[in-house]
Formats: sequence, structure tokens, C-alpha cells
Amino acid sequence: MMTKHISITVNGTVHEADVEPRLLLVHLLRDDFGLTGTHIGCDTSNCGACTVHVNGRSAKSCTMLAVQADGAEVRTIEGMADGATLHPLQQAFWDQHGLQCGFCTPGMIMQAAWLLATNADPSDAEIREGISGNLCRCTGYLNIVKAIQQAAAEMSAAAETQTGATASVAG
Amino acid sequence: MTTTTYEAQAPTTTPEVGGMGHSRKRVEDARFIRGAGHYIDDINLPGQLWLDIVRSPYAHARIKSIDASEALKVPGVAAVITGKDLEGYGLHWMPTLAGDKQMVLPVDTVLYQSQEVAAVIATSRYAAADGVAAVLVDYEPLPVVVDPYKALEPGAPVLRPDRGEDLQTNRIWHWESGDRARTDAALAGSAMVVKEHIYLPRIHVASIETCGCVADWDAVNGHLTLHMTSQAPHVIRTVVAIIAAGVGLPIPEHQIRVKTHDIGGGFGGKVPAYPGYVLAVAASFLTGKPVKWIEDRSENLQADSFARDYHIDAELGVSADGRITAVKATTIADHGAFDAQAAPLKFHAGLFNVITGSYDYPDAFVEVDGVYTNKPPGGVAYRCSFRVTEAVHAIERLVDIAAHERGEDPAEFRLRNFIPADKFPYTTPTGWEYDSGNYAAALRKAMDMIGYEDLRKEQAEKRARGELMGIGICSFTEIVGAGPSHDFDIVGLKMNDGAELRVHPTGKALLRIGSQTQGQGHETTYAQIVAEELGIPAADVKVEYGDTDTAPYGLGTYGSRSTPVSGAATAVASRKVREKARAIAAHLLEANVDDLEWTNGKFSVKGSPDRAKTIQDIAFAAYTNYPAGMEMGLEAVDYYDPPNFTYPFGSYICVVDIDKATGVVKIRRFVAVDDCGNIINPMIVDGQIHGGLAMGLAPAMLEEIPYDANGNNLAGTFMDYLLPTAVETPAWETGKTITPSPHHPLGAKGVGESATVGAPPAIANAVVDALWHLGVRHIDIPLTPQKIWAILHEKGIA
Repeated sequence: MMTKHISITVNGTVHEADVEPRLLLVHLLRDDFGLTGTHIGCDTSNCGACTVHVNGRSAKSCTMLAVQADGAEVRTIEGMADGATLHPLQQAFWDQHGLQCGFCTPGMIMQAAWLLATNADPSDAEIREGISGNLCRCTGYLNIVKAIQQAAAEMSAAAETQTGATASVAG
Repeated sequence: MTTTTYEAQAPTTTPEVGGMGHSRKRVEDARFIRGAGHYIDDINLPGQLWLDIVRSPYAHARIKSIDASEALKVPGVAAVITGKDLEGYGLHWMPTLAGDKQMVLPVDTVLYQSQEVAAVIATSRYAAADGVAAVLVDYEPLPVVVDPYKALEPGAPVLRPDRGEDLQTNRIWHWESGDRARTDAALAGSAMVVKEHIYLPRIHVASIETCGCVADWDAVNGHLTLHMTSQAPHVIRTVVAIIAAGVGLPIPEHQIRVKTHDIGGGFGGKVPAYPGYVLAVAASFLTGKPVKWIEDRSENLQADSFARDYHIDAELGVSADGRITAVKATTIADHGAFDAQAAPLKFHAGLFNVITGSYDYPDAFVEVDGVYTNKPPGGVAYRCSFRVTEAVHAIERLVDIAAHERGEDPAEFRLRNFIPADKFPYTTPTGWEYDSGNYAAALRKAMDMIGYEDLRKEQAEKRARGELMGIGICSFTEIVGAGPSHDFDIVGLKMNDGAELRVHPTGKALLRIGSQTQGQGHETTYAQIVAEELGIPAADVKVEYGDTDTAPYGLGTYGSRSTPVSGAATAVASRKVREKARAIAAHLLEANVDDLEWTNGKFSVKGSPDRAKTIQDIAFAAYTNYPAGMEMGLEAVDYYDPPNFTYPFGSYICVVDIDKATGVVKIRRFVAVDDCGNIINPMIVDGQIHGGLAMGLAPAMLEEIPYDANGNNLAGTFMDYLLPTAVETPAWETGKTITPSPHHPLGAKGVGESATVGAPPAIANAVVDALWHLGVRHIDIPLTPQKIWAILHEKGIA
């Protein structure tokens, strides 16, 4: 069996692996690295349960080969919290009851994080459009939209505080 | 029962205790938001092998040969299992929960596309898939029957010759309920009879996690652990034991442990036993190693059990003064090649005879014929209590058509015909005893919330301008909480559920329940029931389920039965603990038990509130200082046998705008007023309703699995089977009325499926309402743009 040596940084940790060229990134993350927070819900890129960040961009890891991520920085749901401190999106999904069975949640949070990175203050319609590649069967989406709104507000407020602090130090 | 408003119901416990009525945040979310849930594909055992399945490309064919020689040469492939191999053990067939049997693997004939044909066992996921690709199967195609009406015609190929000599027909069973003669007479005497053919297409629950298992046969100890995605783990354990005993395999029930872990959505699709599970067990038995089977989405959508596929001919009689006189429904139920539905054994059509709905009239008759076709097994639920969605769709469409034909507002027609609030408990013409209801209150509340009168004015103005706007109502009555033991069983197992509560010396507690959670939040809400009943803070109660070695027996979670049955068992077990606590408190307080009163988590002496012992004091005493002659400890078990079903209800109103150029239906607003009795956790109830509404919108607008004449599944992936995204889903507006159940210990009713039942007719009624003036009286769901555009085109509008 032909393999290729790859090196991938996942949540800040460098991983080396010898992989078959056909190995999907999601299987590398789950089966080889044990990062099972990234899920698989379809085989056609429709459901988004496998969404991770590759070099800062949202990507469906079931539609990407592991070898394509050679040298890349990958972030998964396991890399979102800072120790015991949850990412604002994780906290908001919890606060707003934005999840039920929890299976779509990691992908949904990763996609929402990418959405907020590209649009810090999205409208209701922009949020719905922004997560339309991620399917949730349990929540009817309303509380997910509310959670993303909560996180957007908190992250904007935190960013302003930080900017203000920097400005006052500079001043 | 008095109906109160949601807002008027204040919790009786403090937020710190967190009993009923508190929107307690979910404890299970702590792991899910971190990606630390433990779903079936997250489980990997040392030495584990992988199982993948060869599936039939044909809907009906004879297997001439299976050649596994090339597959066995694939690196990593350990074994290939065929039907002939299983036949040697008598394992090629398995019983279904509906009393039929289903092929695990065929020996000579396949009956639907994507049916399991062989299993490949290998050292990795990829090697197993390579092995599947290398298995050569030679098929001889046979005539295909996809239309259940044609399946019943003389001369149609008999699809199940394995059945007895007197059953050489594709008719599986005939089921009827109500009084045919009286109903026919009532219809004949009615001023108006509305007739409609209503088809509810084949759909699939498509939980985002597919099905799978890891079977782990420990040959040394003779023990099987089956990790699996099951909504009913105890039933599975018993069925596996029965299958094993039937074929002489040494796997008795006490040596079988089913563990479910976290489940990524169920909705009914994870109730049945699928061939993949049996194959994994057989493969583990054969190899002596753990064997994992995880289906992919295409397999899930093409081979797992399906919902609906009901062809209903329904009639509704109405008197000259606008009162409903009778309902009649004649139905063909397409159950595919094996009757693998998970309905109570005596109820082939489930609870379909709740079709009389929310209305007060004396006569009804329904008959249903189950039919075999060359399709995968049908008849499982889709977030619905045993065919209630089909029943509600039929009656709510008929009622709407009748109102429109009378030139009357559909709300007015419903309000006139509702069962009056003072007639509960109410016995329906088909024999159900509705426990409590106040249908007019719910509809009036929905009308107030949405501004009904203004919307009708707006609609009239828009219609005058040629714009298409519709308003649809659905006033449903559900029947949930199966079920009373005198009539309800699955494979003979009475549909009761157990709860086991242990209070530890330090006042913390462990609750084990027989029902299962696949997103409902039982770890959170069941602790709230204990908090309500015992005053032990919900945060101090650990809830366990999904391990058949430790959880009390239960029939599982489906048909909105958790709160009505398992929740009731939890309340009763808590009350048993409270009664023992009373005796210990009397001992501690040196008082007579009859002189004690229970308030806010403590027993105090009547008239002397300072002489009191908290439940925590009592728990400690239960292990350190209990009365002579009493057993140590503070625990209780209850198996709850519900005296009746519960009957949640509600009224939904949907407003749609239809684009004349494209046929696209836009749901502008959707108001849902639900009454599920007393509420354990309002946040979770709202979440259940939101999700149920989305799963009502789904078949109403998007989802259908059609088959072509050759039995090819035309929507076997998420590319073709369209689940609603956040874009198609409106911002739900929810409201509540509260009419407690008089027989449930908590006055609760169950809510998980109400919205899935109530939403589709509201949407369909809205769309037909928008088009009624053009001569449209019925459209079958899903209401796709293509379908609507074709109608508009035919009417010269588009």
C-alpha cells in the first residue's frame, strides 16, 4: 500500500502521519488522531457535521484528502475552548439551547466561527445563509441563530474593550 | 381540567432546586459543545474489525451466484459472509418488531434496491469498502412491484412466498376500527360529503448521525456487549436473546449488554433492528473480535426503514348547519418488502384511528390494508406517534376543504365543531378516551398571536390585486405515551417503563431510567422531576440510561412516550422515596408520621415548622440512624403502567406567500400554540417544538423518496433528499396553554412530536387557501415549486 508522509498542525500540535493518498481528512482526524468531536453525517458535503478550519477557512473535512492538508493549520472543535474557558460560541449555544442531540453542533460551531470571522455583525438572514451548508435535524435552527447572535454581540463587545484598552495604553 | 396560561404557571421550587417549570440549562451540553460527546462511531475497541455491506442494485432479483474470491484477496479482508453462510446457523432471517420476519442476508432472492446481500469483514474501514467493491454477484432481474395498488391486483408477483400457504398474497394484513354501517348511514344522511384522496409520500427520518454498532463477543466469558444506536436498548437485548435461543447460539439474555452512549438523533429510525446489527454480532461471534458497522448516508437513505407511504381515501360528512357528522377513511399502507414497523403488536395501523381529530361527532370508520412492495421496509415513525401524523393530515385537510366549500372561515368552522372543554374526558367514535383538552382556547390564542382578522383582510386585498397569499390552520390532537398494558405491547413486552432512584447518604441521588435520550435532554429534565418531588437540587441528581446492565427495563423512547411513561415512573419512584423519608423523619423528630407535613424539601411537625428535617438530613439518617426494623437506605423502583394515553393538542397557523412566476412558497409566519399539560422545562419544550416544526415543514415542503418503475430510489443521498436548511426554515413563534393531564402524576403529556404532526396540514392548508379561488382544493405534499408552478401554469397564472 502506497503511503505519503504528511505533517499537519491540529489545534496547535504538530502531527506526523503516513497516510494513504485516498484517506479523507475527517478520518485522519477521527481515527488516527482520536479527535472524534468532528463528525460525519453524509457522504456528499451537504450536512456540514465534519466542518473544521483549514488555514483559517471553514472546510468540510469529509470532502478533503488528508494529503491536501499537508503543512496546514487545522482547527477542530477540540481547539475552540481555552482550557476551562469556553469559546463565546460554545457558551452561546449552551445558553440559548442551540443544540439537542449535539451531533451537528461541532460543525455548526466551527461554521459559525468562520462566519463571524468574516462578518462580525451578521443580520438574521446572513446568519441563516451562512450556516445553510450545515444541517440540524433537532433544533429548527431558531436557537442556533440566537446563539450566533449572542456570540457575535459578545465577541464585538470584547473586541471593542480590547481596542479601547489598547487605545488608552497608547494614549 | 382547568386551562391556564403558560405565563400564569410559576415554579414551586427555587431556581437553586430547579424543579418543574425552570428553564434549567442542559447538563449534557457541557460535553456536546466541546466535541466530547461519545457517539457510536467514536467507539473503537482493541483489535476491532470493520464490517461493510454489499447491497443489491436491483429491486427484485434472483441471486444466481456470489463470488467472494477476489474480495478475499484484498489486503486486510478477513472474511465475506453470505446468506448461505448464515443459513447454516439459521440466522439468514430475523424477526421484526411487527411480528413479521426480515432477511438478514438473502439466500436466493433480493426484494428491494440496496438490500443487504453480503458482508465483508476487514481490518479497516477502507479495506472493508475495497472488499465490498470486489465481491461479484450475478443477478437475474425479476418483475418489480412498486405500486401497492398493483401489488394487490390478481396475478401480481407474490413477493413473500416464504409466508404460509394461506398468505400467498401481497396483502400483509387488513385492519379496521369504528362502525362501518353507522358511518355509511351518517354519511348518506349528511347535507354535504367532502371526499379526497390524500397521499403522504415515503420519507426518511435522516437523523444526522446514521445507524451503527460495535459488536463485542467475548468468547472466554461467553458475553456479548453491543454498543449501538438504539432508541430501545432493552427491547434489542431481549430480541437478540430470543434470536440466539431460536438458533441455538449460547448467548442468553443475562450475558448480553446493550449500551447506547450518545445518540445523534433518532426520530423513530433507530427503533428497529437492522440486518447490519445482526451481521456485526455474527461477525464478532465468527472472528472472536469486536466488529464495527457504521452505515453511510446513502445506505441510511436507501435501506433503513422508512416512514409514511400512506394512500388515504377519506370522506367527511357535514350537516346543513355546518356540523361534522362522520369521517371515513380507506387506506393502503405501503410497508415495503418486510413489515418491520415498530408499532404496538395489536395495532397494525398504529393509532391511525385517532383520525376523528379534535371534533365532536358520533361516527367514524377507518380501514387500512398493509401491502408488500419491492421497497425497503416502511412503516416506522418519522417523529410521530404511530401513524398519528397521517391521521391528523387527513382530518385537518378534510375540515379545511369542508369549510372552504361552505364558504366559511376555517377557524369559525373548527370553533363550531371542536369537542367542548366541558366534555372531557371524551370518548371518540373509535374508542379513545381523550384525557383533557381545551381546543378553542388554543386556537383563539394562536389567532390573537398572529393577528388573524387583519391577515384575512390583507389576503382579501391581495387577492383583489392578483397576489397569492394563504392562511392555514391546523388544530390537532395527538395521542402519545404508549401504553396501557392491557392492550399495548411490542413483541409481547408490555409498554411500561422503569425508574430506579437511589438517594446517597450525603443527599445526592442517582436516577436510572429505562427510556433513552437522543437529544431530548433527559439528563436535565429527569433530575428536575426528582427535584420537584423530593426537593433535592436537580444539580445533585445524576441521571443514567442506555446501559441494559444497570438501567431498569424500559421499552425506549419514541412516540413521545418518555415523559408520559418513564417520567411518570420517575415521579412515582420519587414519591415512594418520600414515603420512606417520612417514616425516617418521624423517627428523627419523635413524632407520628401522620403529624408530619411535606413542604419545600423537608418534613416538619404540623404547627411547629421549626421542628423539621430536610431530605438531606433524612438521607444521612437512612444510612446512620433509621428506625428499628426498617431496612437501611433510601431508594425505590417503579414500573409505571399508564392508565391511559395522554392527548397533547394545539393550534397552528401558517401564512404563506406564493411567487406566481416560480411557484415558490414562502412561509412568512408560523405561530404554534401547544398544550402539552404541565411543563418540566420550558426551554426544552420550546426546543422540542422548534425542532418538531422543522420536521413538519420538511415533508410539507421538501422531502420525498420516490421510486421509478424499476424500484430505483430516486432520492438516496442528501443531494436529492432535501432536508430544510436555516434558510427555508422560518423564525418560529410559539405560545402555550396549559391543560394538565388528569391521570399523569405530573399532569404532563409529552411534546416531542406534536409539532411534526401539526405543522404539515397547517402549511398545506395555507397553500391551498392561497389557491382556492383558482379552483384548487387539494395538493399532496411536498409542496415543491415544480408542483405549484405546474398548477399555476395550468390555471393560466404562471
